[in-house]
Amino acid sequence: MNDHTPIPATSREPGPPLAVRMAGIRKTFGPVRANDDVTLDVASGTVHALVGENGAGKSTLMSQLYGLYVPDAGTIEVFGKPAHLRSTHDAIAMGLGMVHQHFMLVDTLTALENVMLGAEPHALLLRAERMVRPRLQSLMESTGLRVDLDARVGDLPVGDRQRLEILKVLFRGAKVLILDEPTAVLTPQETQHLFGVLATLRSQGTTVILITHKLDEVMRLADRVTVMRAGRIVHECGVKDTSPAQLAEAMVGRKVNIGRPATTGVAPGEVVLDAKGLQVVDAMGVTRLHGIDLALRAGQIVGVAGVSGNGQSELLEVLSGLRTPRAGTLRLAGETFAPTRWLTPRTARRLRLAHVPEDRHARAMVMDFAAWESGILGYEGLLVYSGGGFLRRRRMREDTRDMMERFDVRPRQPELASGRFSGGNQQKLVLARELGQAPHVLVVGQPTRGVDIGAIEFIHGQLRKLREAGCAILLVSSELDEILALSDRVLVMNAGRITGERPVEACTEAELGLLMAHTEVHPEKAEAPA
Amino acid sequence: MDAILAGTLLASTLRVATPLILCALAGVLAERSGVIDLGLEGKMLFAAFAAAAVGTVTGSTFVAMLAACGIAVLMSWLHGFATVTHRGDQVVSGMALNIITYGLTAVLAIAWFQQGGQTPPLGEDVRLRPLWPGAGETFGVIVGEGLLGHDGLVYTALALVGVVWFLLYRTRLGLRLRAVGENPNMVDAAGLSVRRLRYLALSMNGVLCGLAGAYLVLAQSAAFAPNMTAGRGYMALAAMIFGRWRPVPALAACLLFGFLDTIAVRLQGVKLPHIGEVPVQAIQALPYLFTVVLLAAFIGRNVAPQALGRPYVKEH
Repeated sequence: MNDHTPIPATSREPGPPLAVRMAGIRKTFGPVRANDDVTLDVASGTVHALVGENGAGKSTLMSQLYGLYVPDAGTIEVFGKPAHLRSTHDAIAMGLGMVHQHFMLVDTLTALENVMLGAEPHALLLRAERMVRPRLQSLMESTGLRVDLDARVGDLPVGDRQRLEILKVLFRGAKVLILDEPTAVLTPQETQHLFGVLATLRSQGTTVILITHKLDEVMRLADRVTVMRAGRIVHECGVKDTSPAQLAEAMVGRKVNIGRPATTGVAPGEVVLDAKGLQVVDAMGVTRLHGIDLALRAGQIVGVAGVSGNGQSELLEVLSGLRTPRAGTLRLAGETFAPTRWLTPRTARRLRLAHVPEDRHARAMVMDFAAWESGILGYEGLLVYSGGGFLRRRRMREDTRDMMERFDVRPRQPELASGRFSGGNQQKLVLARELGQAPHVLVVGQPTRGVDIGAIEFIHGQLRKLREAGCAILLVSSELDEILALSDRVLVMNAGRITGERPVEACTEAELGLLMAHTEVHPEKAEAPA
Repeated sequence: MDAILAGTLLASTLRVATPLILCALAGVLAERSGVIDLGLEGKMLFAAFAAAAVGTVTGSTFVAMLAACGIAVLMSWLHGFATVTHRGDQVVSGMALNIITYGLTAVLAIAWFQQGGQTPPLGEDVRLRPLWPGAGETFGVIVGEGLLGHDGLVYTALALVGVVWFLLYRTRLGLRLRAVGENPNMVDAAGLSVRRLRYLALSMNGVLCGLAGAYLVLAQSAAFAPNMTAGRGYMALAAMIFGRWRPVPALAACLLFGFLDTIAVRLQGVKLPHIGEVPVQAIQALPYLFTVVLLAAFIGRNVAPQALGRPYVKEH
């Protein structure tokens, strides 16, 4: 599914020049050993991938390289010179540059102003811009990173913002580029373009350190790969000498299976949820959904693929009763709903429709609540939890403990605040809560966002089990791999429309990418992406 | 009669608006850098007290203004110490400054001057005088008295609008200040000090508040009286929000408030057709009512600096 054309690394002589050498790095946060005796050598002019699950210590390690944290022990050398990095300023001065996962851009400023910030060559902005612009333009020429310099960053699409981030870092003279999960927000085509740019940069002598958990990207682009687990380095090798399966095993510490399993053989049942002509107009008057038709069958997972912000969130909200559409109808469990009397979250629960929201922090849990409080949230009205208006705390604690057991939530501490659990364990708790009521329909958004590989495997397993039990599932995910691994049928959303529908066997990543990204299918549509 | 009315209205509008303009600009600087400043009121009040006290003792306008600015800058730094250095709540800190000042200035005035909280009136030589005393005869009522009949601080305030605009939108420092109020993480990642930028903004904010306080004592009235700012700091804050954190629209809002205040004074005792004599309180409430209505009507869009009110915690 990806073209294996790794551009060969610069020939590795016995002693290749090192861009970065981190030796014996140790960093603890309270009782947590985030980095434990980590040694990392990155050869100059190569792409070096750093992989590991969430919390494996990749970001901590790179934060120390970028001067955000000071290591407790160990030494760092950059291009052979010892580096004492006390701040990002020091790191930039040593030729290091980092592109963060969350873009470090100011939306209200122009692209040009964003690039200049902190490196303005003149105290007067107009003069500074006049000096910077030609330099940036030639940089854009040579790297292929093209951005409209006068556009407000808030108006730029995500791919452009990322290019801008890279430009910004290169403009400051970075010779080592650290990229933190760069493709998390990109379409396959944008990813392709980014990798082209990175290959160009490598051929021009730039060193790239790529933090990722997508192993196919490692295979496609990197020259060497280092695997971290629980704060230590557990594996390091050339990309040519390894395989995704081997890397995944090294990351998790055991064999994992995330690919698509043999087909279930469960024939899809009757239609349990049928939506027609859903139209949503937001508060600003922008149409977010343009007449969506959708049917869910028992025992079937329908995956909705698409770049975030193309109406998926609105679709989830409408189907879970959080938002009333402008037009459309919904049939669910024998009842019909129209905009005048739309489904409410309470009715949805009564009709056995469960919802796992895509934004865990905003909608699924109260982070300051103890796990046992978050664990029954939304179901506190059930008689077993509140008789006569009083909470039955013991029952709630017991059930939460039970959920933690069944869904392997760690640590198994119902008293711990919800926000203290890792993303994966939070998500497992939410899933346990929603699946606990044996729903007939499950609407789930981004079930594995911010969740590490081991938990992804578990969550996918639970969703499959639920399907086998005859539940109809709508899965919205921006991870194409996830859609392909779980769905029976795949819908692609783009700009509030369904631009394609395929059985999963007929899907190719390239074609889905086109449906997600462009107007190929709807050439008449001329509106700007939201 | 029309010309005289227009002239006096104009003159009075500018006089009333001047402290508002200075404070609103101070607010723009602080809040654009991400620090909510409810303490405008308190800083202005303490600055007024300092100007009056020091002016009385030294008899020097310059030293009085210096003292006013000095004390306001110190209070700004205190605000910064609480909110930037120690990441305290910005609203609470600002309100605390106001409350402390309200009591402390009155107590100090009573202790030092024994005039029931007032300071002795300043002499003519200490107070600010019109720059061009003869302008009224030469240029007529409207231009001569309305526009040219003021002291230097009025024109300074107007000029500072341009200065702050230029600073924010045309200089490197301004770019950094705007950025730090929107995305401090980015500013930090760019190798700049978030703390230093916010303290810098607060220092400039202090100077402007100091000038506003000094104006109250040295130009509007001749002495300090307890709570003499009477909510002007909050008015300035409203003007700043109404101006969407931009200097020139904030100026317009200040002038509007000044004009409404002037009208309110004019309308005292005037009988309106059908309504009769309007109670003074109702008219004095007009600017505030206006503020609420305008804010509700116009601030639908999210225009406040993104990082406003959020202390910057260096981690991720």
